Amino acid sequence: MSLKKNNDNEALVNYVRLLNYPFDSSRILRKKHAIKKELLVKNDLITKRIAILGGSTTAEVIAILELFLLAKGIKPEFYESGFDRYYEEAVFGEPGLNQFQPDVIYIHTTNKNIKNYPSITDSIDQIEQHFLAEQNKYRTLWASLADFHCPIIQNNFELPQQRVLGNLEAYDPHGAVNYIARLNTFLAEEAHKQSNLHINDLNYLAASLGLTQWFDYSLWLTARYALSFEAIPYLAQSLAAIMGSLFGLSKKCIVMDLDNTCWGGVIGDDGLEGIALGKETAVGEAYSEFQTYLKLLKERGIVLAVCSKNELQQAKEGFKHPDTVLLEHDFAAFEANWDPKPATLIKISESINLGLDSMVFIDDNPAERQLIEDYLPEVRVPNIGCDVLTFIEHLDKNKYFETVLVSMEDKLRTDFYQQNLNHPHQGVDYDKYLNSLSMTAEIKPFSSLYLPRIVQLINKTHQFNLTNKTYSLAEIELITQRSDHVTLYGRLEDCYSEHGLISVLIGRIQDKECHIDTWLMSCRVLKRTMEYAVFDVLIARCKVMGIKTIVGHYDKTVKNSLVAYLYEELGFKPVESRDSIWSLEVEQYVDKNKHIQVKQ
Amino acid sequence: MTRIEVLNRIQGIFRDIFNDSELIIDNHTSAVNIDGWDSLNHINLISAIQKEFGIKFDLFEIHHLNNVGAMINSVVKRTTN
Repeated sequence: MSLKKNNDNEALVNYVRLLNYPFDSSRILRKKHAIKKELLVKNDLITKRIAILGGSTTAEVIAILELFLLAKGIKPEFYESGFDRYYEEAVFGEPGLNQFQPDVIYIHTTNKNIKNYPSITDSIDQIEQHFLAEQNKYRTLWASLADFHCPIIQNNFELPQQRVLGNLEAYDPHGAVNYIARLNTFLAEEAHKQSNLHINDLNYLAASLGLTQWFDYSLWLTARYALSFEAIPYLAQSLAAIMGSLFGLSKKCIVMDLDNTCWGGVIGDDGLEGIALGKETAVGEAYSEFQTYLKLLKERGIVLAVCSKNELQQAKEGFKHPDTVLLEHDFAAFEANWDPKPATLIKISESINLGLDSMVFIDDNPAERQLIEDYLPEVRVPNIGCDVLTFIEHLDKNKYFETVLVSMEDKLRTDFYQQNLNHPHQGVDYDKYLNSLSMTAEIKPFSSLYLPRIVQLINKTHQFNLTNKTYSLAEIELITQRSDHVTLYGRLEDCYSEHGLISVLIGRIQDKECHIDTWLMSCRVLKRTMEYAVFDVLIARCKVMGIKTIVGHYDKTVKNSLVAYLYEELGFKPVESRDSIWSLEVEQYVDKNKHIQVKQ
Repeated sequence: MTRIEVLNRIQGIFRDIFNDSELIIDNHTSAVNIDGWDSLNHINLISAIQKEFGIKFDLFEIHHLNNVGAMINSVVKRTTN
């Protein structure tokens, strides 16, 4: 493969860097126009409509949120509510908001919006009345916004700046600190119950920066900002991370160096006994804890891969250390060689079928980091420095791996990639190979049990995805109930692994025609002929429903060229020589699936 | 710090905030001369000036910093003591 240094992106990288943790807030705010200009150069941005309902001033919040979203590949269009009109516009309606049709709604409330604080003379009953009134306000707000059928992001509350009762505030029901803690518990419980409601943990953000830095009294009095300018990038980054997760743009994979990154020292020089790992030394303990952090990420579904300049055997030796937390099998790909790292990263990306844009690269060596930034600008490269003390902080606070849901599939992910890796299918009779997998599939209409996974898959699958439409959970619930839609999900297992729910198809019925509204499949089961199995089932269902024609839609994006010829392969004919619309007569179709047993 | 030094640094802030790399300001520049100098951008200017010079204006002052000359006066006063 040939590697070309991407000179066009040099200036861009400098500004993207400003949006990396740790932030120089005043520089970000001051340079916002310049940063935006650089970010707009990026192509393949996806447009999203974001409604901001503010309980205080939101102008700079929106300006900086835009930068963080652009850096993630989202080009936002904003609706901004009138000042402190978040409740009125949501509950009593506002034509501007109604017409806007948001993809996501953010409710920017803070402790300044709590109207019903307990007073010191209140009885316990009266305090409960206040608490209930406050709860009802938010319940009404969310219920009104449910009509938009889109995710709602709700701030929880930061702690108060002052404590009239001192430490007693924490445990006396009259105390504002106690009251806010209870309100936050209420918000958490509601978000846990309502799958469309997501909490932006303002309380954690404020604590992390420090309450004193979080709030600027002068800015509140002069401009009604409920947080300091210093705090705004932290808020914006957190919101962009949640929105990125909702739209399937969170990172999925960490590619890491070994020597002085995964353990202290150089295994080739120092030997297994010489590397720093384990509790004996402070440095060794720090590396062990970094490995533990990586292991926790792996357990929640982040794929780990090694990219090391080493002899393969020596590199693997490190994971036999008595105090190692990570083991060789924790890695979906293990590359140790002397090639330039950009080439190895591309190789890893191909072998585990994950795009470079879903990768984060961790290396203590600034020259290697620079090389990746220069040659592979789509890979995220945190400036972790060379001191293990700050490695975790850089990974954690850059919020690369934000998720709004951890599913069973996430927890098993590395196994999938690894098993795919262990069973390459080159050089053998491919039909025989497929048969040897003993694949069985379940292909059925959507059922409520699987809806969260279906929505997750719809919003984060970009390669095998014919139309790239995105849907919220509420919208999918609606579609499931409608008789003019056909829905199918596909689960696949083989003799090696249970792949889980990996394919989704939605057909819209109109005048005896079934239009393919959405059809996608996870890239971890590519080339298994699962698409044939799904399509056979669709045809069977269409026959039952008396449908004569299937109309296939293909909306080309930079990522879905994989399926550009899928309709043709299935026997569709292009409609009026446009390759984005295809048509197939149901009666002429012959079942294509030969390798997968479909359970009825 | 001299008034000229302060003016030059404040000019850099104005150029960033109003997204105009050729903007020239003087003592008399005010909201009347600059498109986009609204109350929110006024706060952005005040905040950036405070950061640039490591100073904090008091509430009373903020209301009177209505032109560049007044801004320079306040900065010079706070940075020469």
